[in-house]
Amino acid sequence: MVSLTYIAAALATLPLIFILVHLVRAGAASINPAFFMQMPKPVGESGGGMANAIVGTLILISIAATVGLPIGIGAGLYLAEHKGKRLANTVRFLSDVLNGLPSIVMGIFAWQFLVRPAGHFSALAGGIALGVMMIPLVTRTTEEMIRIVPNSLREAALALGYQRWRTSLSIILRTALPGIVTGALVAVARVAGETAPLLFTAFGNQFWSAAIQRPIAALPLQIFTYAISPYDAWHSQAWAGALVLIGIVLVISIAARLATRSRFGSAVD
Amino acid sequence: MTAIESRPTASEPVLLPTGAIEACDFSFFYGKKQALFDVSLAIEPRAVTALIGPSGCGKSTFLRSINRLNDTIPGTRHSGEILLDNDDVYSKGTDIVALRQRVGMVFQRWNPFPTSIYDNVVYGPRINGVRSRSELDAIAEDALRRAALWDEVRGRLRTSALGLSGGQQQRLCIARALANQPEVLLLDEPASALDPIATQKIEALLYELKSQLTIVIVTHNLQQAARISDRTAFFFLGKLVEADTTDRIFTRPREDRTEAYITGRFG
Ligand SMILES: Nc1ncnc2c1ncn2[C@@H]1O[C@H](COP(=O)(O)OP(=O)(O)O)[C@@H](O)[C@H]1O
Ligand SMILES: [Mg+2]
Repeated sequence: MVSLTYIAAALATLPLIFILVHLVRAGAASINPAFFMQMPKPVGESGGGMANAIVGTLILISIAATVGLPIGIGAGLYLAEHKGKRLANTVRFLSDVLNGLPSIVMGIFAWQFLVRPAGHFSALAGGIALGVMMIPLVTRTTEEMIRIVPNSLREAALALGYQRWRTSLSIILRTALPGIVTGALVAVARVAGETAPLLFTAFGNQFWSAAIQRPIAALPLQIFTYAISPYDAWHSQAWAGALVLIGIVLVISIAARLATRSRFGSAVD
Repeated sequence: MTAIESRPTASEPVLLPTGAIEACDFSFFYGKKQALFDVSLAIEPRAVTALIGPSGCGKSTFLRSINRLNDTIPGTRHSGEILLDNDDVYSKGTDIVALRQRVGMVFQRWNPFPTSIYDNVVYGPRINGVRSRSELDAIAEDALRRAALWDEVRGRLRTSALGLSGGQQQRLCIARALANQPEVLLLDEPASALDPIATQKIEALLYELKSQLTIVIVTHNLQQAARISDRTAFFFLGKLVEADTTDRIFTRPREDRTEAYITGRFG
């Protein structure tokens, strides 16, 4: 039985190792400074890069974080401080449902309510769609991180004459912060690679654009476009794009790791 | 030791005798469970009162009723009164924030905030709107000195409070409470998780502090109660059995149950 769990543990890490090895083999050759600095080249010309898609993805996840983090953290704080109440349970349930919503559905909704009224695709719509996807993830981790703040700290603050809301904000939130930051970064990493919600929102762009009210390129979209193309040169660009995307996610995950080491150590033992 | 010793001498500033606590027929309920039954107890200002009794007899409940910390637990209620300087802490007009600043509390498990030593001490004054750096510095030093911690931490006020030893963290919690300039200090088994040397430091500290404020300490350790308190109250099954001078309780208790407890026949 125990040895079975070892096998399961090995199998759980195997896909990542396999994917990484393959990505490096297929994509590393196309990774060079030009890949980060240059725009895509037309079919037939060799070289070129994905500068627009890399910047586009960074812009999209910035918009997503601006939308998703404040709402998610606020909702998580609410849930943690009002546990057991009917409204809190309802909010938690709806948030779980939202979390399970297929991302393509999110994309369709963003199209219906943001793209259609505006009359054009935009980075803003894509970023908001990603941000909404972040909300339940951030809500959940925030609630959990606040829950594990020891009650003794809450009581210490109350006994010093803190009002309840102040205790929540200045003691609880601050103590839970490293965990919340980790959760936020994980959520960012999670949506960074989303493709479906961007298909009818950010749409993609073969040209340089950093304007949030215009269609914008994004790594996942670019990878998609290149991967389904019939050209070998584009295929290897797609692999390289995938490698960069994984690199971005990896960097965010490592940042998340570092964030858990708070400056003053953890009060949560 | 008697109350006489704790009176200010001629050379010291005469402090107004505030911090008198009086419980009148006080009962407390956690939902349906009654934890305190008609407790009437007068606590002398500027003296140490020890609350003793077996586990679960309501000592913590009584302590936490004085600063209304038990109010934060849903489903609790009380009857009767607890007077602090003649005002019922449960009256409608009570400002709970102000009450908790007047009545500091130290818990069994030390609970510094995960910030620096300095920030821990000045938390209370900061929420009271003290912003001036020099004022906060002065408050921090004063509170740390009163908590007999200054000499050990003066060089590392900006480092994490969690890097201190258990005994130091507990004294930091005392300093944090003192920074609010409370009239009353409640301590719930403050030394029960500390080694004898750290315990001894806390006891010496309380002995110093009692000339400045009213101290109510819950302790399981009868020697400790005998060493540091002027008065002792014995609780049993949610009722106050007997309260008197510590001398009297430990030498000639009136009640058989008190005698049985202090001679170790139960509990
Ligand atoms: N939060 C609570 N909810 C319900 N019952 C409680 C709670 N806290 C304490 N009690 C009960 O109240 C009684 C007195 O507890 P407590 O005041 O903690 O005793 P002591 O401090 O003397 O050990 C015990 O029976 C305990 O189980
Ligand atoms: Mg207790």
